[in-house]
Amino acid sequence: MARFGMVIDTKKCVGCMDCVVACKTENDVPDRFNRDWIVQDVRGKNPDLQMEIRSERCNHCDKPPCVYCCPTGASHLHDLGGVVLVTHDMCIGCKACLAACPYDARFIHPDGYADKCTFCIHRIEKGLDPACVSVCPAHCMNFGDLDDPNSRVSKLLNSRKNHSIMPEAGTSPRIFYLV
Amino acid sequence: MNEYTTTRHNELVDPSLHIWGWEIPVYLFVGGLVAGMMIITGYFLFKGKYKDSACVCRVLPLLGMIILSAGMLALFFDLDHKLYTWRLYTTFKFASPMSWGAWILIVVYPVMIASFLINVPEYFSKKYPWMNKISLKLGEHKYAIKNIGVINMLLGGLLGIYTGVLLSALGARPLWNSSMLWLLFLVSGLSAASAFVHMVAKRADERELLAKADNGFLILEMFVIALFIIGMVTSTKVHNESALVLLSGIYAPVFWVFVVGLGIVIPLIMQLLAVNHKIKHTPIAPIMVIVGGLILRFVIVYAGQYTHWADAAF
Amino acid sequence: MNPLSRRKFLKISGATIAAAAAIGTVSKALDKSDSKRKGIEKIPTFCDICFWKCGAIAYVRDGKLWKIEGNPIDPLSKGRLCPRGTGGVGAHYDPDRLRAPLIRTEERGKEMWKEVTWDEALGYIADKMQKIKSQYGPESMAAFSHGLGGNFLKHTLKAYGAINFAAPSFAQCRGPRDVGFRLTFGEDVSSPERTDIRNAQCLVLIGSHLGENMHNSQVQEFSEAVGNGASIIVVDPRFSVAAGKAKFYLPIKPGTDLALLLAWMNVIVSENLYDKEYVEKYGFGFEQFRSELSSCTPEWAYTETGIEPELIRATAREMARYKPATLIHPGRHVNWYGDDAQRSRAIALLNALMGSWGRKGGFYYPVSMDVPGYPYPAYPAPLKDKVDNPNKKYPFAHEAITTGIREATLTGNPYPVKGWLVYATNLIQALPNEKITRQAIQNLDLLVVVDVIPSEIAGWADVVLPESVYLERYDDINVEWFRDSFVALRQPVVESPHDQKPNWWIAKKLAEKLGLGNYFPWKDIEEYIKHRMTAAGLSFDELKKNGIIPGAKQPNYFDEGVPAEFPTPSGKIEFYSVQLQQAGFDPVPKYKRPAPGPAGSFRLLYGRAPVHSFSRTQSNRILSDMMSENELWLNADVAGRLGLKSGDYIQLKNQDGIVSNKVKVKSTERIRHDCVYMVHGFGHTAKGLKHAFQKGASDSQLLTRFETDPLMGGTGMNVNFVTIETEG
Repeated sequence: MARFGMVIDTKKCVGCMDCVVACKTENDVPDRFNRDWIVQDVRGKNPDLQMEIRSERCNHCDKPPCVYCCPTGASHLHDLGGVVLVTHDMCIGCKACLAACPYDARFIHPDGYADKCTFCIHRIEKGLDPACVSVCPAHCMNFGDLDDPNSRVSKLLNSRKNHSIMPEAGTSPRIFYLV
Repeated sequence: MNEYTTTRHNELVDPSLHIWGWEIPVYLFVGGLVAGMMIITGYFLFKGKYKDSACVCRVLPLLGMIILSAGMLALFFDLDHKLYTWRLYTTFKFASPMSWGAWILIVVYPVMIASFLINVPEYFSKKYPWMNKISLKLGEHKYAIKNIGVINMLLGGLLGIYTGVLLSALGARPLWNSSMLWLLFLVSGLSAASAFVHMVAKRADERELLAKADNGFLILEMFVIALFIIGMVTSTKVHNESALVLLSGIYAPVFWVFVVGLGIVIPLIMQLLAVNHKIKHTPIAPIMVIVGGLILRFVIVYAGQYTHWADAAF
Repeated sequence: MNPLSRRKFLKISGATIAAAAAIGTVSKALDKSDSKRKGIEKIPTFCDICFWKCGAIAYVRDGKLWKIEGNPIDPLSKGRLCPRGTGGVGAHYDPDRLRAPLIRTEERGKEMWKEVTWDEALGYIADKMQKIKSQYGPESMAAFSHGLGGNFLKHTLKAYGAINFAAPSFAQCRGPRDVGFRLTFGEDVSSPERTDIRNAQCLVLIGSHLGENMHNSQVQEFSEAVGNGASIIVVDPRFSVAAGKAKFYLPIKPGTDLALLLAWMNVIVSENLYDKEYVEKYGFGFEQFRSELSSCTPEWAYTETGIEPELIRATAREMARYKPATLIHPGRHVNWYGDDAQRSRAIALLNALMGSWGRKGGFYYPVSMDVPGYPYPAYPAPLKDKVDNPNKKYPFAHEAITTGIREATLTGNPYPVKGWLVYATNLIQALPNEKITRQAIQNLDLLVVVDVIPSEIAGWADVVLPESVYLERYDDINVEWFRDSFVALRQPVVESPHDQKPNWWIAKKLAEKLGLGNYFPWKDIEEYIKHRMTAAGLSFDELKKNGIIPGAKQPNYFDEGVPAEFPTPSGKIEFYSVQLQQAGFDPVPKYKRPAPGPAGSFRLLYGRAPVHSFSRTQSNRILSDMMSENELWLNADVAGRLGLKSGDYIQLKNQDGIVSNKVKVKSTERIRHDCVYMVHGFGHTAKGLKHAFQKGASDSQLLTRFETDPLMGGTGMNVNFVTIETEG
């Protein structure tokens, strides 16, 4: 079974927020909510500075605490690629999943259910990339099957130094950042 | 020198998590209180104290049901997708403490109804004579009543424990990430219940017993809190920082003054003096214990949302 | 004319738009979706949020505009739009859009109008224009127009006899670099820039903040170059996103870039690191150039710039290492200190030393298709000279100077300017010193603003004409100059929600009112486009279907067959410029230290954010959600001394006492201690922009002083200083 993830090249990313805007229009994300966002991580003292820019979103973890804590099963792992999804009409809005996520990737949609990045399941089902990956003008986003050694994402992970976010939180995230 | 900026500004999540307001601490407190009440009821039933018409175990089941319902109403207010609440009862999710709790709450009612029917208060027996018939039938089966007592104690214990496990299973908030949390909430619930029942009990010996029990629970609670803090402080960086939030950070004043001082230490001293007949029993100490228990839940829920793994990275 | 009953006395600020704040719950009044359209439609067009004109595919879902993606066959966007283009949906749904023609009812600037019909509005304009023509002459009607959409309006005015047309892009933006490059190579840098970034092995950015400045192709190529391991050298007082990817970051003292450039050239020439063959073959005046450079040592430059001499040498040698694929980027908005044409010339000269002009990794030769214009009758012959540059005071200005027209409007010299037509440019925020702009406006008999939102300049207009946004209209076809030639079509995707009209219709109707209908012999724009396409031997149907028709491949570099010809007086690359010398200017650029500011003040620098275009997108709800206000970048040590931290709100006061709106502090290591920085375009004061009103601060409000470039009239605006006013 496939295991979908992303590999993002922070060297090429300019933090332009195209991924955020594309996600918004593709998925009709309500105003003032973000399924993905840009983080700028700057270290050092002027003028000796290093900056890493990351496009972040739900990490669709292998061991998702948001799925484990859901009392109704609304939060679940989808058959296709192990994408973590929420079935809206099973969600009661208890917000346990918001509390369970170490990445604070979820939010409550104005209609009452828990919402987050879906890896654009409606697109990947048709063989397209998620909207954020398709739009990126820096061509720094890659999506694919982490279990396929010949996929673009696997090859990138094997050839370049990379890290995920807060691996110590123990959820096995599936988004990796090339440095 | 580190600068971290994010463009995310999601309601309830940024700049720090604030998903749960007063509804959840109130519900958790009520859960603990009713859990303690059930344990006390169960104990009295088991010990046969129900035979005395003045036994407080006569009024506790009904009080428990009313209080628990109020707590569940608070819980219901917190839900954002209320129309789908029934989904909780279409499945049981083993890994989800919230699923456990949903079912425990349902199971608790029949048990409290059964306990209520063992000793129907006069008001109800006059209005609904059929209740008396059941009461009499039950009275014939001492072992049934003993079992109902045991079930009360077990279910009360589960209810009290689950309120702590509910939070401690959410590993993303380091303050909650302690294996002492179930014990803390259980003991705190027992302490608050003892204080409450001490106030509503009519028999002097019951009141005395409950005050002594409360003292025991308060002393135990102090140890549990200390162990809870020690566990945090000897763990990872984020856990250290979480402990500091309570000990010296923004929630320190409330924690030390209201939870520890006015919620445990001072009422303990007052009640120790009272059970040693140095001063008279007053409702002051029990009320302080109850309010202290409520504030403990508030502090844990609010401070917990404030702590985060991301702090470790920066 | 319309009966009184049709007039609605409207205060734009209290307009009866019952729009919800969130785009997700946009007012039903705007939702004029065509119920006959079902399913997903994909309609190609090109974007108009900035001036790049990226090819786009707009998606319509059940008659409603859904999203916009890039057109995969478009060479500019290569199928990927920038965040502003992707967020273009928000321009269509903006609840604060202009809805109907407006005529003002109170004095200018009060933003009090009444809604009128198009007939009445255009009649009013034509009437006033005829009066100006008879009283002063048609030359007294000027137009400020920015973007392709102004073509037809300019055509109407030219038919009327107007000759004074300007866009802020020259004197307020990229003018100096085109002048500097013309003086050196004989040609402009053009737009899109003819920079071969994707093949560059060494890219030098001087103040240019690609990645925050979001010109699509430039950023795509920049990321490509970074991914290819190109050596990036960034010179900027601020640690920009580009600096974050640089091999060498030079935190230069603001205003001293020319010293650095001269020192670099000194090192490259004295160490013989330049492309000898190229310079010998194509250069003119090299020896004089070399001798002028001799005093510009790195040690000298260090005292001006603060950049260590060894770092200057190391970066010069790094550049030379990769020549000719070394590109010193000319930048885009380069009106900084008043010596900008000469500084741009220095950049051109440095590129010439690298031999990168006309070669891969440097500057390519853009090409275009041959699409004939429409055969119109000839315009009336001009009777007067243009008003913006009297007596050629700025001898090397090859485009009109906006501030020159403003000056003439203010003073009446060399002749009065009594009417302005303003298309798609917010002059209040675009031109420095707002007070002068407002004073000039008061001298006008007619100010017409054609815009999509109630911008600040619209607030001062006599007549405001609401244009359809680009997603709702046809425009003139875009015959682009780029690496690859193509022609692109803008066509309507959805209907305008209210009484907005496209620019071609406005121009045609106005021409008819002016009795100039013969200049618009086509009945609608489709007829016009079809005619031009047919004349070029191309299919309009194919263009409608695909959005773009590519041209045949043409050579871009010398080694592909482009003739190495330089339209300069000498016919060669002018290392020494005789024409400059004859005009009384430095034939080889010379550095002059910029004037310091008052003690305790900070130089005010400004720039771009990738999610906004100037001051025109803050009302777009999607883009505003990305960035709703700008921040004041303040050095962290300075902030600490002032007791400020990130998130505090302060005001800025400039050297002339102008106080800005409240703005959020960003205390950061990423900027020098002697300057502050903010993104341009915020601090809106137009009350009709309800969502953007008073969010952030306006940098342009604080730009009261400017240094005029003597070569071409550009307004250098990095010469204002501010102090920080904490809340009293």
